[in-house]
Amino acid sequence: MDLSYTPEQIAFRKEVRTWLEDNIPAEPLQSFDTEEGFNQHREWEKTLAKGNWGMVTWPKEYGGRGCDLVEWLIFEEEYYKAKAPLRVNQNGIFLLGPTLMEYGTPEQKERFITQMASGEEMWAQGWSEPGAGSDMAAIRSKAIRDGDEYVINGQKVWSTRAVFADWVFCIFRTDPDSERHKGLSFVFVPLDAPGVTVRPIPQLDGLPGFAEIFFDDVRVPVSNRLGGEGEGWSIAMATAGFERGLMLRSPARFQETAKRLVSLYREHANDIMDLSIENAVVKCFMDAEAYALSTYQTASRLIKGGTIGSESSVNKIFWSELDQLMHETAMSILASRAELLPSSPAAGDVGDWLDGFMFAQSGPIYAGTNEIQRNIIAERLLGMPRK
Amino acid sequence: MDFTFTEDQLLFCESVKDFLQGEVTAESIRKSWDTDTGRSSALWAQMVELGLTSMLVPEAQGGLGMNELDFVLLAQECGRYALPEPLVETVLVATPLLASLADNDPRCASLLEKIAAGEVMIAVGHAANNLVCDAHVADYLLLPKGDQVHLVAKDQVVLVAQQSVDPSRRLFSVEWQGNDETCLASGAEGVSLLAATLNRGALGAAAQMVGLAEQMVAMSVQYTTDRLQFGKPIGVNQALKHHMANCAVKTEFAKAPLYRAAYTVTQDPARADFAVSHAKVVAGEAALLAAKNSIQSFGAMGYTWECDLHIWMKRSWALDKFWGHAGFHKNRLHQWLLNPNAKIGAEMTFGEQV
Ligand SMILES: Cc1cc2nc3c(=O)[nH]c(=O)nc-3n(C[C@H](O)[C@H](O)[C@H](O)COP(=O)(O)OP(=O)(O)OC[C@H]3O[C@@H](n4cnc5c(N)ncnc54)[C@H](O)[C@@H]3O)c2cc1C
Repeated sequence: MDLSYTPEQIAFRKEVRTWLEDNIPAEPLQSFDTEEGFNQHREWEKTLAKGNWGMVTWPKEYGGRGCDLVEWLIFEEEYYKAKAPLRVNQNGIFLLGPTLMEYGTPEQKERFITQMASGEEMWAQGWSEPGAGSDMAAIRSKAIRDGDEYVINGQKVWSTRAVFADWVFCIFRTDPDSERHKGLSFVFVPLDAPGVTVRPIPQLDGLPGFAEIFFDDVRVPVSNRLGGEGEGWSIAMATAGFERGLMLRSPARFQETAKRLVSLYREHANDIMDLSIENAVVKCFMDAEAYALSTYQTASRLIKGGTIGSESSVNKIFWSELDQLMHETAMSILASRAELLPSSPAAGDVGDWLDGFMFAQSGPIYAGTNEIQRNIIAERLLGMPRK
Repeated sequence: MDFTFTEDQLLFCESVKDFLQGEVTAESIRKSWDTDTGRSSALWAQMVELGLTSMLVPEAQGGLGMNELDFVLLAQECGRYALPEPLVETVLVATPLLASLADNDPRCASLLEKIAAGEVMIAVGHAANNLVCDAHVADYLLLPKGDQVHLVAKDQVVLVAQQSVDPSRRLFSVEWQGNDETCLASGAEGVSLLAATLNRGALGAAAQMVGLAEQMVAMSVQYTTDRLQFGKPIGVNQALKHHMANCAVKTEFAKAPLYRAAYTVTQDPARADFAVSHAKVVAGEAALLAAKNSIQSFGAMGYTWECDLHIWMKRSWALDKFWGHAGFHKNRLHQWLLNPNAKIGAEMTFGEQV
């Protein structure tokens, strides 16, 4: 064990810091759930890609830097410290990207990873259906083989940023007679294909962050399938592992929120009447720190050839509930101003805590609800009986 | 940057785990309750034989010259098997304190040799604890008086036995008079030695509580698989599953802070107060939650003397309050964090490194 950074890692941190200082947009971007904001964020992705900062862990041939996971953590720390824009293509780079690296054919990697890395193509995830939420094996949308093509019919829902994205990666039933986990396949669909209808669904903040996607005899080439026919479930589980596990929510994000919470607390310490707030602030900070420590531990283990399994469910519960507590605590500190939108004249320093608070409500729902994660931990990690 | 244990550290831990699993069982622990001292000199001799008591003794005194990080996983196993013998206190607390004094004081050097050889036992008192553990089997006691650290022979003290809820814990109040002769350190040196002693004691308690928590969860998983109600194992019920999953999450996220604390105590003592307090608080929460959710999973059976669960549960209740209770450690965290000059932020997890 050596918890100090090597001179190379320290130099890498400086390089990231300098580049970010020189390149971060001077004005904060608009929400990526608006058309204008989405395009601003797309431009930012292109800027990142030009500097080869899009996905530092990817191989150089895909626009990455071949960094290991510790360097990735350093990058993320600098990224959040610098308050750089959120990653509009996170479904692509954090979820599909690693899945493609593992299961894609050379042609698919060449075709899709390169465009994803360059910021040219934005991805949405199309797994949930009206009848298939937590129970994803209840998926009914079908992709039926017709020669070299699949013909797709059905409906997806809750697809994040699909309103503005270019592609969606889906799970469809390719064997119409199959049931549950069998007969599903992982298929890419361009969102401008004939027969695709995307209907925006406003989220809590009123912006169209979700979409419903209807497929009406949509045709895509069979080469848009990732992995073998009928292997969709196991590939999706690998993607979900990336989602809950390491990539999607790096600790730096929560550490920076915790730091802002400490500042907010300090500024308002004299007005706070609820004595439990100080405890909550300290707990939030320590939990964010524990998440960082634990991630460094996992990263070190993976670098040495270890693997990550059901632990990703433990992580997902921890970061999503931490995020909730941090924002609940900020709301408590802001007290009667907590409800005010930042545009309100009396809002003062409310900042974007309210937005963050609303989004934090979704953390225990997306990427597999926390109830489902607790089932997974009990059954797979601890070995409690299923029946 | 490498946040993993070495192969050697992991292998050594496995072998000690095997040893403890074979020698320290609920049955042997219950037997020890009925003995005079509650301690087994035969078991202690075996641990000496395995080199456990010499791990942190410097090589100059015939020890292995290892550090707290080398021992932290073993301390976790001592918790898992609810070892009654004072191995953690001997290795993590008494030994490093004597080692800090050995250069100036030949008595300390000689005691270290004897600890390694299993010829003496040392008990350590501290202002954070009202009472001294295992003073009855100690040959010498290291005791604080203000900013002073004294070394006192057992025949110079009067011990008054106190009764703990955990029958394995043997606690004593100590009446004693120090003098110039018994004083090993004082002033700034004494203060810093006592502060380091507190951190090592808290580190040892935290490590044991992680092991205790994991063992209670393992026992509950087994019980809820075996016990049938409504024609099914009670463990199929989601309410019980979620009780256990909550314990797993708490325990998992106590580990990295624990290992960071052990590392910090050895490598970066200036940051140790904060790192140790973090570990002690979260390990205590993990053990207390595991105790509470486990007894709930066992039902009335868990509320009996017969059921082994209470061995682990009671140890958890006690250790959470020993070497600084949660209030003490949270206070240190508050003071550290809310100080306007605190260096905090994502890039500061391991301190300022530029
Ligand atoms: C912000 C956000 C972004 C999202 N983005 C996407 C996306 O891009 N693409 C996509 O495909 N999906 C997306 N989702 C959908 C997400 O995957 C689902 O919301 C999730 O899988 C839960 O499904 P559901 O909403 O239908 O809830 P349900 O499955 O109906 O669950 C409702 C409640 O019942 C509980 N419940 C259900 N079954 C059980 C059980 N067996 N045991 C215990 N409790 C149970 C759940 O835990 C939950 O509390 C997103 C969701 C959110 C909130």
